[in-house]
Amino acid sequence: MPGVWWLESGLNKQLTVEQFVASLQSGMTIGIGGWGPRRKPMALIRAILRSDLKDLTIVTYGGPDVGMLCAAGKVKKLIFGFVSMDAIPLEPYFRKSREAGTLDILELDEGMLQWGLKAAAFRLPFLPTQVGIGTDVMTHGGFKTVQSPYDDGEVVLAMPPLKLDAALIHVHRADKLGNIQALGPDTYYDEWFARAADRTFASAEEVVERMDLSYPEDARANIVERCFVHAVVEAPLGAHPTSMPPSYGWDIKHLKAYAASAREEGGWDAYAAETIGADEAGYLERVGGKDVVSSLPLPIF
Amino acid sequence: MTTAPEFSLCEQLIVAASEAWRGNGELVATGIGTAPRLAASLAKVTHTPELMMTDGEAWLVEDPVPLGPRGYDDRKPSGYLPFSRYFDAAVWPGKRHAMVSPSQIDRFGQTNISYLGGTYDQPKVQMLGARGFPGNSIYHINSMFVPAHSKRVFVEGEVDMVSSVGYNPARRLAGANFDRVDLRLVVTDLCVMDFGGADKAIRVIMLHPGVSFDQVQEATGFALSAAPDLKETPAPTAEQLAIIARFDPHNLRASVLKDNPAGKRS
Repeated sequence: MPGVWWLESGLNKQLTVEQFVASLQSGMTIGIGGWGPRRKPMALIRAILRSDLKDLTIVTYGGPDVGMLCAAGKVKKLIFGFVSMDAIPLEPYFRKSREAGTLDILELDEGMLQWGLKAAAFRLPFLPTQVGIGTDVMTHGGFKTVQSPYDDGEVVLAMPPLKLDAALIHVHRADKLGNIQALGPDTYYDEWFARAADRTFASAEEVVERMDLSYPEDARANIVERCFVHAVVEAPLGAHPTSMPPSYGWDIKHLKAYAASAREEGGWDAYAAETIGADEAGYLERVGGKDVVSSLPLPIF
Repeated sequence: MTTAPEFSLCEQLIVAASEAWRGNGELVATGIGTAPRLAASLAKVTHTPELMMTDGEAWLVEDPVPLGPRGYDDRKPSGYLPFSRYFDAAVWPGKRHAMVSPSQIDRFGQTNISYLGGTYDQPKVQMLGARGFPGNSIYHINSMFVPAHSKRVFVEGEVDMVSSVGYNPARRLAGANFDRVDLRLVVTDLCVMDFGGADKAIRVIMLHPGVSFDQVQEATGFALSAAPDLKETPAPTAEQLAIIARFDPHNLRASVLKDNPAGKRS
């Protein structure tokens, strides 16, 4: 039988969601994969929401993950290119935190954000870019410039690394060694969040013993190598209420109700208590059950 | 081509906006929002077939995708351009011309989608964040669509936060490369403008029928100039209207402009 050495030698990266959240600490810088209301590791976010973690620095292309973490008072600083839920353009709890002045921020261009992740992954002091020059993203962000040492002498912005203590991504499949497969038409910058982080936690729709024995035909969906995946957590439908193509779409009814809660007195507390609740198994029941969530239609753009 | 008997002002603007992409060749035409997207689609199937477009998700398509509900698999991909390749393939190499609708625009063509009023640390109204605007504006061609021309959009002085680069000489960092800043058309419910004035100042090049230059100036927070050969915005043809209707089967264009006014013939 093809070896079980990796289990015997301790190379089993599977964690429970409780073990995942216990591996984090307050004050950490955490990158979150996905893009707006798409492919967000929401089961892991909900575990953070249920925890005592606080004072986090969050780096992401933000959607409801950012709104919920802000509403729960988990975020000290937000490093972002945007925060939006697409069909609901403005994220209400993010707006509340910003307009209350309670959030430290670093607002980036979308391209600068992935460039900063790449600088971290490549262990460089900065990566040069023209992006940001001439805008208030540069002035407010305090970015510095560097002059080309070559004949052109061009002055460019020096994008510093966005080094992460932890990255959270959600994928379709993982094995216990940390091999992952992310299906769907677009995996955004998940691989760069993973490579920029000291520890990457990948939640997955399904965790198998060995990818080569279960899904060898989809190896091209292995967006990031297993040395960059430190833990895997099984979380079926774990992107809900965001989309996870081709498996399920976002839950627009849920997102609308969540957004509406921001306009009500005690709206967040009610959402946290009644919807996020105490555990993930109960969560899926509270939002309609596995059959309903797994058949949510893919969004049309 | 015959001129159609009836059309809406929005349809007239879509036709005017489609001119932004004329002759652009092989680059990605991105129209953000109902009217810009219809304008890009119209450009591709009429005067500039070389244009590339996506389905809004990850696939390049040769037949522009209609707006609104449709079958998920109706679109037929001819290529692949996910967000994970967008900066590498479209934005930074300059293979894109986007038309966007910023919340604020100033006389230098600088725009703002980050926040309104207050400060960076505590804005009065938080919006999306800068998204890709800093990179888009310094790397590729951009145009704008403004459904309600007013001083709230075309602000006096500078925009509250400069999300995208324009032609403001005060923000020309010495030694940096601004050669690729390339702002083309600004289509509003009153007029069509470009950046062909002195020192690339914004100027009016077309007035919609029944609109005067003074009316445009009155709705703008900074001084405008007029092109010497100021024209009247043409009416759509029957063919153009049919194409627009084909790409907008749910008539989303009826809610782009307040009260969906009728267009006028010159």
